[in-house]
This record gives sequence, C-alpha cells and structure tokens, in this order.
Amino acid sequence: MKDFAALYARIDESTKTTVKVAALADYFRTAPDDDKLWTVALFSGRRPKRTITATRLREWAAERSDIPLWLFEESYHIVGDLAETISLVLPDATATSDRSLTFWIGEIKRLSAADDTTRKAGILSAWDALPGPQRYLFTKLLTGSFRVGVSRKLMTRALSQATDGDEANLTHRLMGDWTPETTTWERLIETTDPSTDLSRPYPFYLAYGLEDLDALGPATDWSAEWKWDGIRGQFILREGEHHLWSRGEDLMTDRFPELAQLRDFLPDGTVIDGEVLAFRDEAPLSFNALQSRIGRKTVPKKLLTEAPVILMAYDLLEDAGADIRALPYADRRARLAQIVAKAPATAPLRLSPTVAATGWDQLAAARESSRDRQAEGLMLKRRDSPYLAGRRKGDWWKWKVDPLTIDAVMIYAQQGSGRRANLFTDYTFAVWDGDQLVPFTKAYSGLTDAEFRQITAWVRKNTLQKFGPVRQVTPEHVFELGFEGIQASPRHKSGVALRFPRMLRWRHDKPMKEANTLADLKEMLAAYG
Amino acid sequence: MADVLTFTESGIYCPAGDFYIDPWRPVDRALITHGHADHSRWGMNRYLATDAAAPVIRHRLGEIDLATIPYGEARRINGATVSFHPAGHVPGSAQIRVEVGGEVWVASGDYKTVADGLSEPFEPVRCHAFITECTFGLPVFKWLEEDVLTAQINAWWAANAAAGRTSIIGAYALGKAQRLLTCVDPSIGPILTHGAVENTNAVLRAQGIALPDTIRVTPEMKAADHPGALVVATPSALGTSWARRFGPASTAFASGWMALRGVRRRRAADRGFVVSDHADWDGLNTAIKETGATKIFATHGYTSAFQRWLAEEGYDAHIVSTEYTGEDMTEEGASATDEDAA
Ligand SMILES: [Zn+2]
Ligand SMILES: [Zn+2]
Repeated sequence: MKDFAALYARIDESTKTTVKVAALADYFRTAPDDDKLWTVALFSGRRPKRTITATRLREWAAERSDIPLWLFEESYHIVGDLAETISLVLPDATATSDRSLTFWIGEIKRLSAADDTTRKAGILSAWDALPGPQRYLFTKLLTGSFRVGVSRKLMTRALSQATDGDEANLTHRLMGDWTPETTTWERLIETTDPSTDLSRPYPFYLAYGLEDLDALGPATDWSAEWKWDGIRGQFILREGEHHLWSRGEDLMTDRFPELAQLRDFLPDGTVIDGEVLAFRDEAPLSFNALQSRIGRKTVPKKLLTEAPVILMAYDLLEDAGADIRALPYADRRARLAQIVAKAPATAPLRLSPTVAATGWDQLAAARESSRDRQAEGLMLKRRDSPYLAGRRKGDWWKWKVDPLTIDAVMIYAQQGSGRRANLFTDYTFAVWDGDQLVPFTKAYSGLTDAEFRQITAWVRKNTLQKFGPVRQVTPEHVFELGFEGIQASPRHKSGVALRFPRMLRWRHDKPMKEANTLADLKEMLAAYG
Repeated sequence: MADVLTFTESGIYCPAGDFYIDPWRPVDRALITHGHADHSRWGMNRYLATDAAAPVIRHRLGEIDLATIPYGEARRINGATVSFHPAGHVPGSAQIRVEVGGEVWVASGDYKTVADGLSEPFEPVRCHAFITECTFGLPVFKWLEEDVLTAQINAWWAANAAAGRTSIIGAYALGKAQRLLTCVDPSIGPILTHGAVENTNAVLRAQGIALPDTIRVTPEMKAADHPGALVVATPSALGTSWARRFGPASTAFASGWMALRGVRRRRAADRGFVVSDHADWDGLNTAIKETGATKIFATHGYTSAFQRWLAEEGYDAHIVSTEYTGEDMTEEGASATDEDAA
C-alpha cells in the first residue's frame, strides 16, 4: 500500500502528463502482479462497491477522534471530501503496516460481508495502522469513491511502456467486464490470445467537436448523419449470446430487454456501434422517455410500451466473427446496411440515415434543422477512415447545433467541492416574472477559475441569507446560459427543466433588468419542448 | 467587576488603561502584538510593541511614535498593568497580558505553540480570560512534526537540484519566508530571495537574528548563474514573468491551507507544503487549556464552530468579530498586499 500511496502522490501532485505516465510505468515495472492488476482495475473505473454507509464511517471516525459528530460535519463541509476528512481528523497511526494494496482491498471485502461490530473493529484497526496518505486511499476505496487524475488512455500508455505491449491491443484487452477476481495479470495483459472473453467490447471511437470546417476538404469525402441524443451503445452477438455495452463500459443488456430479439435477426459474430433511443412511429421520443429507462435493472411492462427502445445502428465493427475496424468507413457502412436490411421492419433496429449532400452549404442547412428531428446536430465521418480507439481528432467530428441560450440572474450560490472547495461555483439562476425573479435552473461550469474567484469574493460580501451551505445573494449579476434542450417539468417552480445547462459567459454588460423572462422560457418550451 | 478588555468598533479596548490592542481604526494609544498588516496598522498616535517586533513595524509603518518593551516586563498604563509574552507566531510576536484589580486577561494576537527555530517560543500565560484566534480551528488541521516537514522540503529541493531545475517556493515575506530559510539545508544549493523577502531579511538581520546567506534576485540575474537554487518568493510572484526567468522550475507553496487537497490542487503549484505560523487544532486546544482561563473569546478563523466546541467543553466561550484576517486563503495572483497579510 505504501508503494501505491507513493504512486498516487506522484500523480496527484503533478499537472504534467509525462510525469504521471512515467510514475505509472515505474509502478508497473516493479509492483507485484496482484497489485498491478488492482491498479489497472482501479484506474479503469473498476472500484469495489461501497458496502458500508457513509453515516457509519462518520460516526466511527468522530468517535475515534473524540469529537462530536457536528464538528466532524462542519469539517467535512470545509474539506469537501469524506475520505479526506476522515483521514485528517483521526489521530496519528499508532501501529505500522506494510501490507499490500491487494491485502487492503481483500480486507474491505471481508469487512463488507461481516456484521457491524466486526466491521467497526476492522476499520478502526485499519485506520490505526495506516499513516495519512495510505489511510486516505484506504478510506477512498472503502467509500467506493476512489478516483485518479489519469485517463484510461494514459494508463494504457504507461502499461504499454512498461510491458512493451502494443497500445491499441492493450486498450482492447482492458475492455469488458473482467475484475481482478475473474482474471489474472497474466491472462489480462500477457497471454497471446485475447479472444477468451466473448462479451469483450471494442474500444469506442469518440469524436471531438468540430473546430475548423474549412480544414475538412470537399464535403464529398465525408459522410454525414444525425447525432442522436440517446445512449451510445455497442451491441455484441457472439455464439448466440448478446451483450450491450455503454460507452462507460457498463453492461446494459438487461436494461433493454427488447433488444434481445435481435439475436433472431442478426448473424452470429456481429458487433454494432449505435445509439439506444426511445423510439416510436419512426421518430425518437424525448430524452426524458429514455431517462425513465436508465437506472432500472428490471423494466415493468408499462414502461416497455411507454418508452420502447431501438438500436440506431451507426457502424459495424465485427462481421461474421472478424474484426473489420481497419476497413474504410464506407465499406463497413455498406456491410452494416446489408445486415440491417435483412432484419424485419418490426425489429428494434434502424440504420442511422445519412444526410445526402454534395456541398457544405447543404450540410449546414441540414444541421440547422437538427432540433426539429430531436437530433443534436450532425456527425461527420471521413469515408475512408478506419474505426479508431478512444477520442481522436481527424476522421470523425461532432458538428453540434449551437446551444439554446438565455440570460439569467444569479440568486443563490454554493461552494464547490474537491478542487473547487472554498470557491462558490454552483449557482441558481432566475428569470423575470413581472417584477419577481423565478428560479429555473442550476449551473456549475463554464467559467474560468479566475472568474470563479472573482465571484467568490463578491458572494462573500453580498450574502443576504445563509441556508446551510447555500447563500442567497443580492440579485445583480447576469449570465448567459447555454443548454441543449428544454422540457416541461411540474417538479420545478418555473415549470421547465433544462438539459445540460452551463454558463457560457458572464454578461458584465447586461443590467439585471434586461435578463430574460419566464415568458421567454415558455416560448422556447413551445418551440423545442 | 467591569471587563478588563472590551470589544469596540476600533478594536480591543482596555477602559482602565485607556489603550487599544491591535486596533483597526486610528486611536491614541495602541499596543501591538506583531508586525503583520492586519494587526499593526497605520494612523495611531502612540504605539507600544516588543523590542523584537519594533524594527519590522517601523520598516512597514515608517515614522511613527513607537515605544518598546522587553518580553516579560510589567508596565503600568493608567489603571492597568501590562506585559508582553512570546506568541511563537513570527519574530517579536507577543501575547499581551493585561491585569486590572487582580483580574487578568490575555489578548494573544496570532500564535503558534510549536517552536520553529526562529520565533521566540510560545509561552502559556495564566489568566482569567483569553482572547484567541482560530484560523485553523477545525480538527482537520494538524501540522506535521517540524523535522518531517523540513525533510520533505529538503528532499524536494535536492531532487530538483539533481534534475537541473530551480525550486521556487512561495511564502509570506515576514515570518514564513525566514522560517523556511532557517529550516532548509543550505548545503543543497544557493538560496535566492524575492526583493520583498530580502527587505524583511535585512531588517531581521540588523536586529541580530541569524539567517543563512541569501542572494537578492535582481532584474539582470540569470538562472544559469545559480544552478540548483532555491528561490524564496512571495506567493503572488509565482506564475508571473518574474518567476519565469528561472526557466525549468518546480514550484511550491508553503501554507497551512496546503493541508487540504482541494486547495493544494487549485493552486496549481507542483507541491504544497503544510507550513503555518498559526496554531493547529491541537495547538489551540492545548494553549487554551494551559492558560487556565474559563472565559474565551474567539476572534478570527472558524469562530462559530470553535466557539461551540469550547462551550461544549465547558468554557464560557464567545465570538468577537474583528478585522483580523488570519492566514489569507485567497492568496491569489498579483495582490500587492500578500507580503503584509496573515
Ligand atoms: Zn492575524
Ligand atoms: Zn499574524
């Protein structure tokens, strides 16, 4: 655990990618196999689940530190992170331990299955045996909130440096639903046969937002299709079994049981990249409809009829059991079209339509109509491009429609947490209804750190009332908010809910009286809701 | 019995002695705990401070009517008897003991209970009422042992020197900067100082405080002339063109706030060392206990939590609002007052 804590410190302290990758590569060269395997798991988001409630941990930490619970809470509010608060308030470790990362994760599992008394004793003795940084990491793992400032891509690069393995191959190996309990370092990283896992997905190819249209060359080199607002998914059919993966590598197979019938219509050895959409009468339903399906492990019948889903197929990655990602997009798309065409119209599968165009003007015009089609804009894919792994520039671009915007008045502010603890970063915004300000949304990103600091200083001086961590401030500042969609919502006082609201800019130039009105919002709701 | 000290709009006031302690508005007579800007302000008719604090106060406030007093010496001012006792915060810093008719109150200014090798070590003073800061008055603030901290800073400097990088550390010009100078190992490399730090060094050296050799950074200075150097700068100098002259460098901040990961990360320096000239949680509690006082006034910091904690511990605890600022948390960018804060 000491080495792992040292690795974490090196990564956490540095803002430089090269330093982080070098630290990880060093670790992968020297750590024991089981610790390396857990490190790969943790760095690719495979955290052990939280099984002990935060409430109990707070109580035990406060008790061990000899402070009242309210004082722990007060401290937690300042620190902004539970595990960090716990590791800071506890008295210094009295024992010493040189147990490994794997040992402590095993200990967390053992305690998860135990009764409350055993858990408490085990956790208190762990806290007592681990010095500060290790205690923090142990508690992070315990609360299921371990995170690290290294992307999976960089972790894979470090792995490739340490093992001399090919990066793309390693990326593929790390996909799927393995855990350190179901595999070994050797099987995951070192064996030559990567096809042992039938459910293993391919790494998703992710696009960046378009930067420079003029750099793309002739429009005829490109294929354009709608960018749908659903859940990106990879549908895998191998040896009669099907799997549906999200981009975040969650297995979603059981959440969308209607897609099981695709087993009857698709040939074995097929992998499709597509979008799961709530869909009826040949048109997508609102994202709200899909939302009702997310997070449900089992789906009641009623919901299946209210919000049926389809797979909107974008791309074909595996055809008749062969990995065809290296073929040009146009070829893959042609094969995909054939496969989809063979399925009956009643099957929950559609080929994502392309937008025919001979020039950029036509595409630009089509893009403007995105919102009417419930799309977020266009996806541009170079006709001769292979299917790459991860987020890459060059061959695929998102050409999203401009966000909807509204000018609103900030009325409440709340402190952020973690990196932005002590800064007021979360705001509630209001629009005018006559001479009343009606709150309608929160937003907490889109400004620079310098702007957040400036607002923080202002908030401290202009607080009207405190409600716990929330401060009501003098209505004064106007912000331009951007959002992707608007829906009616009886739960909100304003009657509307925004999709992906964020701050676009601080309108220093705009007096408060000139902010938008509730009537403006209602008009947008009528047009786009 | 009337209160020995009262809290007024101008500052802490002693009616029997007709003087103020660390006032923030112009008054006739001011007793000053230490030279930081939030405690020693311009505009008083007469000042009284310790011998050791006087040079810095004069350096900052210029031509003032400043009388001095050694630590521990009792002096009668009207109906009160006052004496100054080491607060361990910065060189010359004092707690001010005021006795009226057998009742003793102590205003502690800013203080730190562990010795730092530079400031006169904190001395507990028995009293009936104690006025305390609580800048770090939450149980998450616990400072490292001085030798552990020193080893961390030296290791960072040595590693940078070995890799051909300059080490730049941001610390307040009065107190923390000199404390760093005193604790680091000068055999690792040359020590360069920002002008604001060096000005304070000069004042302290002139009063006989031993500091290691330092080199003032000048506009024409080249980094290549001082390979492996440690640069002690004001926090506001980091990230500016002033700091960029040193080429490839590793940057660090020295502040009590560096105990919090979120703050450490927001500062975007390579390292954050937990160095404070204020008492940590345990320091505050020990200091209060050792005074024997039953009545406690919390001035600046996490006053509401700290007052509640003390009340639950059985003290007659109160919050007083003052204009003292504590260890400045905002510490951002090009604030010209950085060197004066805390
Ligand atoms: Zn102060
Ligand atoms: Zn001070």
